[in-house]
Amino acid sequence: MDTTLTGGFVDAPTQAADYFRAALGVMAKPGSVAAFHGVSAPGLPDAATALLLTLTDPETPLHLAPSLASADVAAWLAFHTGAPVADRGDAQFAVGRWDELLPLTDFAVGSAEYPDRSATLIVLCDALDHRPNTRISGPGLKAPKNVWLPDPVLMQANHKLYPLGLDFLFVSGAEAMGLPRSTKIEVL
Amino acid sequence: MSDYNFAYLDEQTKRMIRRALLKAVAIPGYQVPFASREMPMPYGWGTGGVQVTAACLRPEDTLKVIDQGADDTTNAISIRKFFERTAHVKVTTHTAEATVIQTRHRIPEEPLTEDQILVYQVPIPEPLRFLEPRETETRKMHALEEYGLMHVKLYEDIARHGEIATSYAYPVKVEGRYVMDPSPIPKFDNPKMEMAALQLFGAGREQRIYAIPPYTEVVSLDFEDHPFVASKADHSCELCGADNAYLDEVIIDDAGERMFVCSDTDYCESRRATQQEDAA
Repeated sequence: MDTTLTGGFVDAPTQAADYFRAALGVMAKPGSVAAFHGVSAPGLPDAATALLLTLTDPETPLHLAPSLASADVAAWLAFHTGAPVADRGDAQFAVGRWDELLPLTDFAVGSAEYPDRSATLIVLCDALDHRPNTRISGPGLKAPKNVWLPDPVLMQANHKLYPLGLDFLFVSGAEAMGLPRSTKIEVL
Repeated sequence: MSDYNFAYLDEQTKRMIRRALLKAVAIPGYQVPFASREMPMPYGWGTGGVQVTAACLRPEDTLKVIDQGADDTTNAISIRKFFERTAHVKVTTHTAEATVIQTRHRIPEEPLTEDQILVYQVPIPEPLRFLEPRETETRKMHALEEYGLMHVKLYEDIARHGEIATSYAYPVKVEGRYVMDPSPIPKFDNPKMEMAALQLFGAGREQRIYAIPPYTEVVSLDFEDHPFVASKADHSCELCGADNAYLDEVIIDDAGERMFVCSDTDYCESRRATQQEDAA
């Protein structure tokens, strides 16, 4: 059955509003997790689908990692978001598994005068509640917090670029966790 | 069926604003350019704040709007009605009941919580603008963290007036990196900016959005021998007796009689209601 047309927004204004507030919450409170239910695309976790529907459109070049570059996913995103598929260096958003997104240095980190012109990476993970390997602190965190990250050393390098750098949304199933570049990283 | 898309703006515009908001949150204090739209109100009436609020509102939100602390002034009432009509959200004047608070030039007296968002209306987002009119230059100054000029301005205050005379829109440094204009809030409110709520700033005419995540370090610029003082009128409120709230000086008759009252109307009213209950 053709799944390209189904699984997207039923009521775009209110669903997008809900998903955005959840996304804003996890970015403003690094390491916190929010759930994104109600949409589904073939071959993508629901949280990644919700974030892409909420944030991407024909104005945002989107990089799809090789495992997602299938005709199904590309066609679904083209129909529902219209985001142009882009190479790593041109992408404003990128989606994929951690090992597929490496090396991170391919992505735009912004410039000294426009640090906002940087990519946001949506990283597909098996789970977000692995044993914590990182202590995070900084803006959005009242007290340091222990979380799991795919590669704390690389995230530390990303924070050293501050105010440049990449921003991350780690997703697993319907859940997403935010980690902006401003977060200080301590490897446990 | 409503005549408007939810919260007035079209979805494409909201996505653009939302992307800017996420970058603003990731780089606290940095002004993110955004494609500000014309709103059905003049510049200077909160077009930036309204766009940020529109991009953030959910149908289940409860909105409070204040203008210089007051819920009952033209600007506050108009914006509240605007979102009642275009987003059908609940509105309130009680700080604790609101999930989103749009403000012009004040921070509520009652401490905000992690579940609330404070949206500021900002006239001139660039703290260096009156010292250096060229955008190309101020952008470079932020890039190079070249903030000496701001300290010179504060020093000149001291040289002329014997103290830092800047009393509102008092510059702050966010997370040790960006110097930021807190919008024209009185400097009395500056220490409150290290708060539990997320703070978002929208400047419509100037097309800039910036943000301070919860618990972010916000330091008012000063000198070791002239430390920052969060000053207010040396009185207590004549209606509720509060001596720790920011006060407005109000002229009450043709003879020039004055009184000092809380600028935060909800704070003052709830204090008076409690006092009446206690007396009864």
